[in-house]
Amino acid sequence: MTINLSISPRRTPAPPPGTIGIGQPEPVASPAFRENAKRQLQNTQMRKNLRHATTTIRNKRLLRVAEVPNWEEVRSAGAALKDRIGRHLDKYLAQAEENLTKAGAHVHWARDAEEANRIITGIVKSKGVDEVVKIKSMVTQEIEMNEALEAAGIAAWETDLAELIVQLGHDRPSHILVPAIHRNREEVREIFNKEMGQYGTPPPDKMSNDPPILAGAARRHLREKFLRAKVGISGSNMVICDTGTVCIVESEGNGRMCLTLPETLISVVGVEKVIPTFDDLEVFMKLLPRSSTAERMNPYTSMWTGTTDGDGPQELHVVFVDNGRTNALADPEGRSALRCIRCSACMNICPIFERVGGHAYGSVYPGPIGIILTPQMRGINSAIDKSLPYASTLCCACADACPVKIPIPDIIVHLRNKIADKKKHDMHPHLEPTVMVPVNWMFNSAKHFEFVQKAVSFAAGTALKNTDYLGPMPWPASPWTRARDIPAPPAESFRQWWKKNRGGRR
Amino acid sequence: MPPTVEFCPRFLTNRKIDLSLFLWSDQKSSDRSCSSLGEDAKLILKGVMALPVPAKGLRVALFATCINDLMFPSTPKAVVKLLERLGCIVDFPTEQTCCGQMFTNTGYFDAGLASVKTYVKAFEPYEYIVGPSGSCVGAIRHQSVMLAEKAGDTALAAKAAKCVEHSYDLSEFLVDVLGLVDVGAFFPHKVTYHPTCHSTRIAKVGERPYQLLRAVRGLDLIELPDASTCCGFGGTFSIKNPEVSAAMAADKARNVVSTGAEYVVTGDNACLMNIGGVLHRNNTGVRPIHLAEILAHQEGDAA
Repeated sequence: MTINLSISPRRTPAPPPGTIGIGQPEPVASPAFRENAKRQLQNTQMRKNLRHATTTIRNKRLLRVAEVPNWEEVRSAGAALKDRIGRHLDKYLAQAEENLTKAGAHVHWARDAEEANRIITGIVKSKGVDEVVKIKSMVTQEIEMNEALEAAGIAAWETDLAELIVQLGHDRPSHILVPAIHRNREEVREIFNKEMGQYGTPPPDKMSNDPPILAGAARRHLREKFLRAKVGISGSNMVICDTGTVCIVESEGNGRMCLTLPETLISVVGVEKVIPTFDDLEVFMKLLPRSSTAERMNPYTSMWTGTTDGDGPQELHVVFVDNGRTNALADPEGRSALRCIRCSACMNICPIFERVGGHAYGSVYPGPIGIILTPQMRGINSAIDKSLPYASTLCCACADACPVKIPIPDIIVHLRNKIADKKKHDMHPHLEPTVMVPVNWMFNSAKHFEFVQKAVSFAAGTALKNTDYLGPMPWPASPWTRARDIPAPPAESFRQWWKKNRGGRR
Repeated sequence: MPPTVEFCPRFLTNRKIDLSLFLWSDQKSSDRSCSSLGEDAKLILKGVMALPVPAKGLRVALFATCINDLMFPSTPKAVVKLLERLGCIVDFPTEQTCCGQMFTNTGYFDAGLASVKTYVKAFEPYEYIVGPSGSCVGAIRHQSVMLAEKAGDTALAAKAAKCVEHSYDLSEFLVDVLGLVDVGAFFPHKVTYHPTCHSTRIAKVGERPYQLLRAVRGLDLIELPDASTCCGFGGTFSIKNPEVSAAMAADKARNVVSTGAEYVVTGDNACLMNIGGVLHRNNTGVRPIHLAEILAHQEGDAA
């Protein structure tokens, strides 16, 4: 998708160049994770903000989870339900379409981002409007809907406070739940002062950086947009198949405004978001708020089934989007990533995410879930997508936190295997599989290992005789020894000692 | 002085334990059946309680792990010393090499499988396989069967599954099988314990290392801030993403130093090599030590 910016001035603040969306036809231009992470690590302010925010939220999550005596059971129920939905996705989607249509909604199907954007743009254009208000939604980020609408001359206004900060800041979200987690209140004040007035109601003079004051400025800025908008766009946390109901879970109430004030509502839904029955809501309504915002219950849960004459939107469109989800579904070892309910518990507990932030991942889905979801949806062809599954120490903290028990570390290892296999069969040789050959030789038989031990012991007993620790060394030891010393190998391995001291025995 | 014997109630109920072992250790493993516990068990237990050393004659296969074998031999030596002191007969099946996780976790399943084969070959005959590493034992438990199955080797998968059942991290073996928390160790130092990720979240050793450390005479155990956060090692992660790894290791080392401990202790030498490397580079004076070496240490041993 190419966007020609020269035709007319932009309606909304421009995001930084490049793409973090999923489903673009051309390969993603982002550098590999390591390069991104290196740059992000230098951002001291961001690291401080992230440490504070993630520590607070993950400690609170533990408290909220501990209050549920059967938490493990509820997690298992969530996982089992999501697995069933995946197994019978064809049936559930057909049922959802039938019941949504019966309730008065128009159902659309989009294979990829481009198709979804074409459908959405078409609906908005048919209403003769040049702006929409939208609820925070990951799927619209994923298909880069705002930019597609912008290219069609339609302004999409973010109404979630954090998304507004990101949009006004010419920035990108760095977290799926708290998109502006990398910004502190002083930065927010600066962004509001600089940008708000250019796109609508300006902030008050001499605004302080007090959060309620900042939120007040956002309220006033958004109010006119809510009242003016004829079209609202939402994502969806769940679509209930047996009733044809769409459900949104949110914290700020901006969603409620978007869902009730405009005449037309477009809900964009990932195909995996369907749930079989209304009763199944109880499982996810228990899992989601506690895992995401660490609340017992989120402030606003909205559900709508079709339209109601004279009340709320009079036209409802539901756009189901695949965009690579069925790629993941086709992989028996990778498909449980589709259980994800976008709570962000894995991000908040991830020690790597905490240090590098969401922007390092080059994807709308950062953190542990991002590194297994993005390469499955986007493929493992670009530099960034090939590097994502390696952005983990496999510490497994994410797997413990995940409310739907996604075995994130296992899927990471599975994807690494796919990438390694690809490297082995590539036309041009790679260093890593080549290095693995002698290292594998060293460990595939005890005789080989003993041989290497003898060589190491010889070096340790001669060249390294008076050395306890080795300091900075050239490549290939440089990545390790730039930051830390490494103990010198001993002159006698355990095996050699055993032979000497327990000689006769095995 | 013989070590204090302390049997926890779990000793009686743990299905993995065959009490007859304690008396007739030379019996073939196929002759022993865990389900035969009953009235006999009570009689046998009486006999065991009367023994001067808790694990008299119990044959144990030591899984040294490749990194300990080559780089940190003092750790498996300490395991030998400790287990022999507790009455075990320690074997070191020399066919062993590695658990294979270095390969598996980098994506090279075929190379990982080669290591699994050496593990099965070495340890198949044993009832008790003990390794001083939650990570390596965890890898065997969690990945060995998967690798064999992926390669379509059902016979190996079955053998690996059997080995998995008999593989223990040192702390699990001491607390669950021998029923000991006090192993008669003496270590008069301030230490802080880092619960390594794989020992807590894959091997799931839980409170056992803390229980063992608290029972060490003279030892002052200080709580480590942010203990459950990864140290940033992550195997090949530390080479593929060295900057993030170093940032994590620096935070871990800072937390270790903040405790004022003389030693940082873990049950995994790989993580310890990472944390200890940063501590050494920065001349902090805090020394890394493996849990096994503290537990093996007794009064009269050089510090």
